[in-house]
Amino acid sequence: MHFDLSKPQKLLQESARTFFKRECPLTRVRELMETGNGFDETLWTHMVDQGWTGLMLPEKYEGLELSIVELAALAEEMGRACTPSPFLATTWASVLIAESENTPIQTKYLKAIAEGSCMATVALQDAESGWNPNLVATTLQPTDNGFKLTGEKWYVLDAATADVLLVVAKKRDQLAIALIPRNREGISIESTPSIDETRKFSQVKFNEVTVSSEDLIAVGGQADKALQRSMHVGTIAVCADLIGSMQWMLETTVEYAKTRKQFGVPIGSFQAVQHQCADMLLLLESSRSATYYAAWALSEDDPASERAVSMAKAYCSDSGREIGNRACQVLGGIGFTWEHDLQLYYKRAKGDELLFGDATFHREELAKQILND
Amino acid sequence: MDLKLTEEEQKFREDFRTWLKENLPKEPLTGRSEDDPNYWNQLRGWQKKLAEGGWAGVSWPDEFGGRGATPIEEALYLEELAVCDAPERAGVIGEGLVGPTIIAEGSQKQKEFFLPRILDGTDIWCQGFSEPDSGSDVASLSTKAVLDGEHYVVNGQKIWTSFAHMADWCLLLVRTDPNAPKHKGISCLLVDMKSEGLSVRPLRQMSGDAGFNEMFFSDVRVPATNLLGQLNEGWKITITALMNERANLGSGLYVGFKKTLNELIERSKTIRRNGSPATKDPINRQKIAQAYLELEILKLNSNRALSQITNNATPGPEGSILKLYWSEFNQRLVQSAMEILGEQAQLKDFDQGKWIYRYLRSRGNTIEAGTSEIQRNIIAQRVLGLPRSY
Ligand SMILES: Cc1cc2nc3c(=O)[nH]c(=O)nc-3n(C[C@H](O)[C@H](O)[C@H](O)COP(=O)(O)OP(=O)(O)OC[C@H]3O[C@@H](n4cnc5c(N)ncnc54)[C@H](O)[C@@H]3O)c2cc1C
Repeated sequence: MHFDLSKPQKLLQESARTFFKRECPLTRVRELMETGNGFDETLWTHMVDQGWTGLMLPEKYEGLELSIVELAALAEEMGRACTPSPFLATTWASVLIAESENTPIQTKYLKAIAEGSCMATVALQDAESGWNPNLVATTLQPTDNGFKLTGEKWYVLDAATADVLLVVAKKRDQLAIALIPRNREGISIESTPSIDETRKFSQVKFNEVTVSSEDLIAVGGQADKALQRSMHVGTIAVCADLIGSMQWMLETTVEYAKTRKQFGVPIGSFQAVQHQCADMLLLLESSRSATYYAAWALSEDDPASERAVSMAKAYCSDSGREIGNRACQVLGGIGFTWEHDLQLYYKRAKGDELLFGDATFHREELAKQILND
Repeated sequence: MDLKLTEEEQKFREDFRTWLKENLPKEPLTGRSEDDPNYWNQLRGWQKKLAEGGWAGVSWPDEFGGRGATPIEEALYLEELAVCDAPERAGVIGEGLVGPTIIAEGSQKQKEFFLPRILDGTDIWCQGFSEPDSGSDVASLSTKAVLDGEHYVVNGQKIWTSFAHMADWCLLLVRTDPNAPKHKGISCLLVDMKSEGLSVRPLRQMSGDAGFNEMFFSDVRVPATNLLGQLNEGWKITITALMNERANLGSGLYVGFKKTLNELIERSKTIRRNGSPATKDPINRQKIAQAYLELEILKLNSNRALSQITNNATPGPEGSILKLYWSEFNQRLVQSAMEILGEQAQLKDFDQGKWIYRYLRSRGNTIEAGTSEIQRNIIAQRVLGLPRSY
C-alpha cells in the first residue's frame, strides 16, 4: 500500500504551485474578483498550455490521460492559490462529454476543450432541485423535428464565458443532457454574484430553445451514469480545492501565531491558540486522507467510490468552514478585514462547502447507502 | 498513490487467515476479564499458541522471534484478529511497548531472557509511569531508585497502572538523579512484580471494572542488571515507548468501533421513534452517517500514517493526531449511540448493559496514553512548531 501522492504526482503539484504563484498571485485574484466574469485570458491560455484542460481526457483527443488523483493534486493548488478560472466548470463538462459514449460529440468537442478553443459548463440545478438530478424540472418538449427546451437554471458556473452549455433536463420521465451553444436563441444569462467572488455563478433561462436530437449527448440510463460520474469527479475537485484553502488558512494562522506578540510573548505560546491550531491540522489532514482515498477509489472504479465521495465531501465541507472560523479567530482584528487575504479563502471555503452538495446532503446520501433504505 | 495491498501484504494476510482458521479457539473464553486468574490463564494459552505459530510480536525483527512485519502488515494482523473476535492478547503491552523498547535499548542478556517470555505469554507486563503527583507531567515523577551494591532500591508510589494486578513484570520509571533537571534524572527499570516490598491495590473504574491499580514500593530491591538502557536516559526511552503506543493503538481499534457502529445500526432499526423506526428519523440518519464517515476516516488516517512510517522511518509526533482523533471519535460515537437508542439505553438490562459500559469507558480514552490536551500541545509544538509555553 502506498497512501501518498507518487513522485510524478508530487512533481505535478509542485509545478502547479509555482505556476499559480507566478501567474495569478493574490493581488491578481483580487482584480479578477472585481470583474463580472472573473476570466483572465492570458492565465487561461497558459493553463491550457500546461495541458490541464485535457488532464483526464484520452490522448486521442490531445488529453494527458491522467487520473482523478492528478486532478485532485492540481485542484488542491488552485484552492491554495484561490484561483478564479473556468477550470472546474470546463473539467466537469468535459468529463460529462467523455462519459457520454457519444462519439460524434466527443470528436467535435473534447479535442477543442483540451486545446483551449472551447470552454464549457454544466447547467444542472433548477430553482428547487438542489443537487439531485432527479428533481430537475427543466423540460425538453418534443416538436416535429426535435425539442424545445424550457426552464430556469441556477448556480451555473462560468456560464458567461462558456462556449457551450450542457443542460440537464427531463425528456418525459427520463433524464437527458443537451449540449447547446451559449448564444443560441432563447437563452438569457444573468450574473448572480455570490459570497465567493472568485467563482462566478449565473442564472440561465431557457425559453423554448430549439434542440435537435443530435444535441442530446445522453439520455436515460446513460445520462444518469455519465452525470453521476462527472459529478463525482467535480465533487472531488472541490474537496481538493477545499484542502488547498485549508492548507493556506492553517499555514497563515500558524505563521501569524509565531510572530504576533501580546503580553510580551508570541500568541502561539498561548494554549488556547495552540489548541485551535492543533485542531485545524487534524481537520486538514483528515480531509486530505478522505479526499485522496476517494480520488483513488474513483480512478480504480472501486465499488466503494460512491460512498467515498460522499464521505469526503461531507467531511471537507464541515472542515473548510471550521478551519476558516478558527483562522479568523486566531488572526484577531486583522483577520476580519477586507485587506487581509483570509477573507478570500474564508469565502471560497464557504462556497465550496455548498458546491456539489453540503455536508448534510452528503450525510443523507451516505445514510441511504448504509441503511439500505 | 496505490491503496491496493501489495502481493507481500496480501500473502501476509492470507497466511494469517489460514492459520487463524485452524487455531482460533472454538469456544469463547470463560470468566470475566479483570480479576479472574482463570480468564488470564486462558489468555496466556492463546498468546502461547500465537507464539508457536509464529504469530506473536509480528513486527519484531526475525532474530528476536518476530517476523519483521511492516507497520501496514501489523495493522492487517490486528484487523484480522479483531474481525474474527479473537481473544485479547495477554502480551499486548509487552509486545507493543516493552518488547520494542528492549529490542532498541536492552542488553544482550535482557533480550535473551525477556523477549521470548513476552512472545509466548509467560510474562504479562504493565507500565508504571504515572504517579499521584505526576500524570501529564510524567517527567516530574518522584519514585526513586538508589544504587546499593548490585541492586537498585526503589521507594515510592505509582497509580493508574493497567493490568498490574495480573502482571508478572513492570516497565518502571524511577528517579535516579534527584539533582539533575527533571528530564535528565530518570531511568527505566524492569521490575519483577513478585519482588518483596511491592504491593498492588486495585482501583475500580467508573465503568465498574477493576482495570487499573495503585502500586506501592517499599525498599524493593531490583537487580542492577535490570536497568534498561543507560542510567538517567529513561526519558528518551519513554518517549520512544509512548510514540510506539500511540502509533500502534490506532490500528486494531477500527474493527472494534466498526462492530459498535454496526450493532448500533441494527439495533436502531428495531427501535421505534414517533411511530417509525429510529433509522427513519432525519437527525438520527445524520448522526449515523457522521459516525460512519468519521470512522472510515479514522482508518484512512491510520493507513496513511502507517504507509508513511513504512516508507520512511519510525513513528513521530504525528501519532498524536491519531490518538486525538480516535479517542474523541469514540466518545462522539457512543454519545450518538445513547441518544439514538433513547431512554432504554440507560437500563442495565438493555443489551446486557453493553451501551452503558461503552459510554462510560470512552471517557477514559481522552485521558489514558496522554490526555487530549497533551496531544494538542504536542501537535502544536512539535508538529506545527509553535513556541513552548512551559
Ligand atoms: C483507563 C486508563 C488507563 C491508564 N493506564 C495507565 C498505565 O497502564 N500506566 C500508567 O503509567 N498510567 C496509566 N494511566 C494514567 C494516565 O496516563 C494519566 O491519567 C494521564 O497521563 C493524565 O494524568 P493525571 O490523571 O494525573 O491528570 P493531570 O495530568 O493531573 O491532568 C488533569 C487535567 O489537566 C490537564 N493538563 C495537565 N497538564 C496540562 C498541560 N500541560 N496543558 C494543558 N492541560 C493540561 C489534563 O489534560 C487534564 O485535563 C491510565 C489512565 C486511564 C484513564
